[in-house]
Amino acid sequence: MTRRRRAGAWVYVVLTGVVGASIFPLYWSFAVSSRDNSAIGEVSPLMLPGGHFFENVRRVFDTVDFWLAIGNSLIVAGTVMVSNVVLSSVAGYAFARLRFPGRNSLFLVVAGSAMVPAQLGVVPLYLLVNDFGWYGRLEAVIVPALVSAFGVFWMRQACEGAVSAELVDAATVDGASVLRTFWHVAVPAIRSHAAVLAMITFLGAWNDYFWPLVVLDPAEAPTVQVVLSQLASGYYTDYALMLTGATLGVLPVIVLFLLLGRYLVRSIASGVRYG
Amino acid sequence: MGKRGSFVARLDRKATPFLFIAPFFAVFAVFGVFPLLYTTWVSLHDWDLLAGNRGGFGFANYVELFGDPRFYNALVNTVGIFLLAAVPEFFLALGFAELLNRKLRGSTWWQTGVLVPNVVSVVAVGVVFTQLYGRDFGVVNEVLGWFGVPPVNWQAGRWSSHLAVASMVMWRWTGYNALIYLAAMQAVPQDLYEAAELDGASRWRTFWSVTVPGIRPAIAFTAVAGTVNGLQLFAEPQLFDAGGGGTGGNDRQFQTLAMYLYEKGFTKFDAGYAAALSWVVFLVCVVFAVVNYRLVRRFVSSP
Repeated sequence: MTRRRRAGAWVYVVLTGVVGASIFPLYWSFAVSSRDNSAIGEVSPLMLPGGHFFENVRRVFDTVDFWLAIGNSLIVAGTVMVSNVVLSSVAGYAFARLRFPGRNSLFLVVAGSAMVPAQLGVVPLYLLVNDFGWYGRLEAVIVPALVSAFGVFWMRQACEGAVSAELVDAATVDGASVLRTFWHVAVPAIRSHAAVLAMITFLGAWNDYFWPLVVLDPAEAPTVQVVLSQLASGYYTDYALMLTGATLGVLPVIVLFLLLGRYLVRSIASGVRYG
Repeated sequence: MGKRGSFVARLDRKATPFLFIAPFFAVFAVFGVFPLLYTTWVSLHDWDLLAGNRGGFGFANYVELFGDPRFYNALVNTVGIFLLAAVPEFFLALGFAELLNRKLRGSTWWQTGVLVPNVVSVVAVGVVFTQLYGRDFGVVNEVLGWFGVPPVNWQAGRWSSHLAVASMVMWRWTGYNALIYLAAMQAVPQDLYEAAELDGASRWRTFWSVTVPGIRPAIAFTAVAGTVNGLQLFAEPQLFDAGGGGTGGNDRQFQTLAMYLYEKGFTKFDAGYAAALSWVVFLVCVVFAVVNYRLVRRFVSSP
């Protein structure tokens, strides 16, 4: 540990400014979304919330099929989250605690695959998904994201740190099956890591934009992000409507983050990149 | 459960590990490796996104690409926005990390607070910032007006639009980078600070000669990861173009490589060209990542 200096008052002032700047655009978005649209040009833009939030929310739901979008986003993010946690856990456990030929080289493939930028394969991925008949269907965004290199990497680290190799060996000697050993020895030890992975994956899938925009039909199967981009696409000059949509799209994420954010902060402190 | 040594138990020990890793490799093979190879194949043909392969095997798409002024325009825009965002982001993140590294009351809350922008969806960021930069009723112009600056039409100019988009990127990533630097700072060995103190180094000097070199791996990490991310910039500029047809302004003044890829591939259906463009974007990423990594190694010497 470095010897840490006590923070002077000015440090708190600066940090308050930093956190203020972090939160201001969101606050402002909420403030506008609680205003009557006609009031926006009249009052100073730095303003207090008004009383029209729920009215604007209703207008968002009247203008676009926001319920459908929320439902789709929940299905996508939920499925991707559960599947990533399960599949990454078993794969990470295998790489960390099981012996099999080619383990190290296969893991290098996992690590290497994380380096490839997502956009590189987007055109052929579209052709492929289209061939499967998935254009405009949620499978198109779910299936390619079922498990990620990052998740496997993350859960392998978790197993190496938290799962006792002695316990695994003892269970094997006792004749327990691999799956049983995983369930009774590894799972209890890696629960909190799995929870962080769940949150990271959910946020990533909820916020994903480029691929859903490419492969989903905005009129048939939009996600929240796709609907938001439509609200902002210039057909509407209704600022209150756009910003209410933005606020609604961010709200679940902020709630989740306020509940679990410190675990995410801690995991970033261990050097992960999840964006 | 089979006894140890029984056939079933041996099969289980041999096969189950492969079953555990199989899903990853299945998904990776179909949706990762295959598209990668296929990109090369598609890029070598005149390929329509809907009509399919129209023949013409060769490097025609690459030749067209390297003679395409819009490609160079997008390249300059992407790199310009990236640098405009990355340089201040780096220094701000270092500074914030140094502040967060002090003995703070409620340190978790401050750390969580600076991370908020990073969990918000880029689409929401794009929508909100586009309104903040609005010409008539935007907050930014209002505030500039207090200082007597006339309203700026942020979307219209090259520099103004680049600045605006860069500010969205900075807003999103500065806190995230600060937390990575913070984590690394907390692992810098104590004796280096004691040595610096014995040498009578000033705080400023200690920061640049001990702390910053001490977190070099973290800086290299953010340089490489941030480059790959920055060069794939799409959502922020695309949403900043509200009503402009997605080409990054009337004169494409803020069209990025990813936006051009989207335009060519998914609105003009020229899959061959878009595939060639993907490869070039990838190579640009690699070149910049290596250059940035080298810069970090060269200018941030080890302690």
